[in-house]
Amino acid sequence: MGFKRYLAKRAITMFGVLMATLLITIALVGSNMDSILKQSVSLEVRQQVTNDKTLIASFKDPEQLNKYVQGQIKQREMSLGLDQPWYVPSRLGLAMYKILTLDFGHAKFLTSDTGSSDVKDIILEKLPRTVLLFTTATIVISLLGIFLGSVAANKVNSMLDRITSGFAIVSSSFPVWWVGLIMIFLFAFLYPIFPARATPETSPSEPGYLASLLYHMALPLITLVLIGFGSWAYLVRNFLVGILQEDFIFAKRAAGISARKILFKHALKNATPPIMTVMALSLSGSLGGAIITEAVFDWPGMGRLYYEAISVLDLPVIIGATYVLTAFFLASIFLADVLYSYFDPRVRRQ
Amino acid sequence: MTLTSKEVWREFASNKMAVAGFAILSVLISMSVIAFATIPAETFRQWNDPSSWLEFPKSAQPSWVNLFLSEKIPEHSILAPHEYMKKSGNASVITDVFVSDYEYDSFPSDFIYHYSARYQGSPLLQLSVVRPDGLSAVLYSSSLPLYQTREVFDGLAFSADDAVKTNILSSMKFGFDYGFLPSQDLVFSELGQERVLKGTYVFKVTVYDPSGNLSLDKSQFVLGGKVYGLLGTDELRRDLAVGVLWGTPLALFIGVTVSLGSVVIGLVYGVYAGFKGRATDEVMMRFNDIIYAMPALPLLIILAVTIGNSIFLIVGFLVIFGWVGIAKVSRSMAMQIKTLQYIEASKLMGQKDFRIILKHVLPQLLPYAFASIAISVPAAITTEAGLSFLGLGDTSFPTWGQILHDASSYGAAERGMWWWILPPGIMIAITGLAFVFIGNAMDAVANPKLRR
Repeated sequence: MGFKRYLAKRAITMFGVLMATLLITIALVGSNMDSILKQSVSLEVRQQVTNDKTLIASFKDPEQLNKYVQGQIKQREMSLGLDQPWYVPSRLGLAMYKILTLDFGHAKFLTSDTGSSDVKDIILEKLPRTVLLFTTATIVISLLGIFLGSVAANKVNSMLDRITSGFAIVSSSFPVWWVGLIMIFLFAFLYPIFPARATPETSPSEPGYLASLLYHMALPLITLVLIGFGSWAYLVRNFLVGILQEDFIFAKRAAGISARKILFKHALKNATPPIMTVMALSLSGSLGGAIITEAVFDWPGMGRLYYEAISVLDLPVIIGATYVLTAFFLASIFLADVLYSYFDPRVRRQ
Repeated sequence: MTLTSKEVWREFASNKMAVAGFAILSVLISMSVIAFATIPAETFRQWNDPSSWLEFPKSAQPSWVNLFLSEKIPEHSILAPHEYMKKSGNASVITDVFVSDYEYDSFPSDFIYHYSARYQGSPLLQLSVVRPDGLSAVLYSSSLPLYQTREVFDGLAFSADDAVKTNILSSMKFGFDYGFLPSQDLVFSELGQERVLKGTYVFKVTVYDPSGNLSLDKSQFVLGGKVYGLLGTDELRRDLAVGVLWGTPLALFIGVTVSLGSVVIGLVYGVYAGFKGRATDEVMMRFNDIIYAMPALPLLIILAVTIGNSIFLIVGFLVIFGWVGIAKVSRSMAMQIKTLQYIEASKLMGQKDFRIILKHVLPQLLPYAFASIAISVPAAITTEAGLSFLGLGDTSFPTWGQILHDASSYGAAERGMWWWILPPGIMIAITGLAFVFIGNAMDAVANPKLRR
């Protein structure tokens, strides 16, 4: 199988997953969505009628008025397609098409910082902050992990190696959000260095916003790095230990190349494909976990948006955010696949 | 697998991680047994019912913090009475005496006398105190409501009652400005300066009943403190030791059920796909790929919000996302085993696929299955805790995630209430570690190649 064909196959699978997730989301919230829409339609119509004094005056008795209102509501529902259940193919197709083209509609309660209730605006405002926090964290974690893992792999069973492995196992058993609570306790209460809530007080239009945002990002970033780098180092160490036993490394040693050069140049280069894959996968994993992490720190990104949308049941936002989160999640998995098959051609020829 | 069970056990016993894992697990199991044995199951329903925690202090630290402090914080205590009864003619007098050795360096947060009297008519209730310096004062005095027939009256006398302060001031003269001090401070203070007078305090409750048909069904004196029990209490006065203890069987139940369900489903699915091969395999693995690539947490949240958040439903949801990885691995293992000669031999002998899978393929995968059961427990526990932490869990059970959710919504971290945050999280991590240790050890026994 050629590289392109492999990629095409993976891309089709990913698209299928995206559609399936979207379908499940719509199936789960569809009936709720319809009842909410119907309520808002009837509210809208009633308001319109009560505001129109001349129209009310033209009715003789309340029964007639009521009949008119009911008729109007029915008409409006027909035009929106609400007379049919959400699972009718035409409605389902339309809903999917709208979401695919990033038309998420308007939020019920939530608004963006600038006051827009368009779901697309809200998401576009929150997404960069999530990307900022989690990509920074992933980069710091992987750099630290690669360095520490290489050093540990160089001295297997040394003190440093044992400490790294132990720390990896222990640190990965704590939930990130719990460590977040502890960090808030330590650095916002006991030694008040960082703010407990990570939402900057300055508004985005002011000049000091970026600095404030970065300052508020410190605590979540430190927490993510603290919890993440141990298992990274452990992983890199395991990859490298395997590679350092290969024949070509022995050959290089025999040729008199320094141990340092072998480790950082030759061994690490061969460990690149799995490392790249894990990096992309851990990015996708942390995006999924962003909901809880951001809720703990009150970081104003996609995760907190999702959490807020769930707590007030703002369905258009839930659907939109699920779609975008899933798309990002899948994109990073896809990236992992591409990187792996690029670096390791054996994968393509299954 | 030609290892006998004896050899496997020897292998385990020599593995430090396995021993540590099993040691932690047995502690957790005995904690669960203690929880079942000592704490009535009704505590479940009481956990979210504020009225059942009234006698507990609010946001009290664990009582052992006093060991590390030079200034002792008063311990919350619920005093039981020494009861004396006297009958003179027709009238009866009940005297309940409560003794407290007060050796703390700060004042109590409050005191409450809680009683439930059975009488006819209208008896008189009086609460008085005798202090270590010999001074005494009547704190509270009230006649109980008039009953024509013999009935039960449930009543409370609070230190916050204005009359209590007036009563103290009428019988004691303080040499400092007592204007805004609450009555419990005055009761426990030296006369000359505002400092705790240490020693033995005797609180005396006397009930005079002229009709003589009196009994006290309940009589307890709550001396409100700022430290309580092994793990302290939360903002809603709940005893955290009870919550953390009850959380143990819940976490074990969730973790083990989810991982067992996931492994069984994944194993059967994967082995079937791998063994059948061709189109069946292709279709089954595509479906597997789709679930594998779905973002679990957002979907779990939507499921919990739209379908329901009972603890059993959540276990089911976690299984939905838990089996896919195991199915992938067991499929590839089954594909390898399939090519072995004895499988082909039994195929030639006309064995049915079902029997071959059951008798020859599945047993080979059992060591892997046991290891993955152990290894997937921690993820199940943390995911459930995460859902509960977001407020989407089953609120009728005090799981660790639920306790942490309450802690976070009352801002425990920002307010420095470490005793509310630390124990549940540490329990989550310890439980996870135990299963990781056991799983790794099982893996090492099952795959000797990994040992190095």
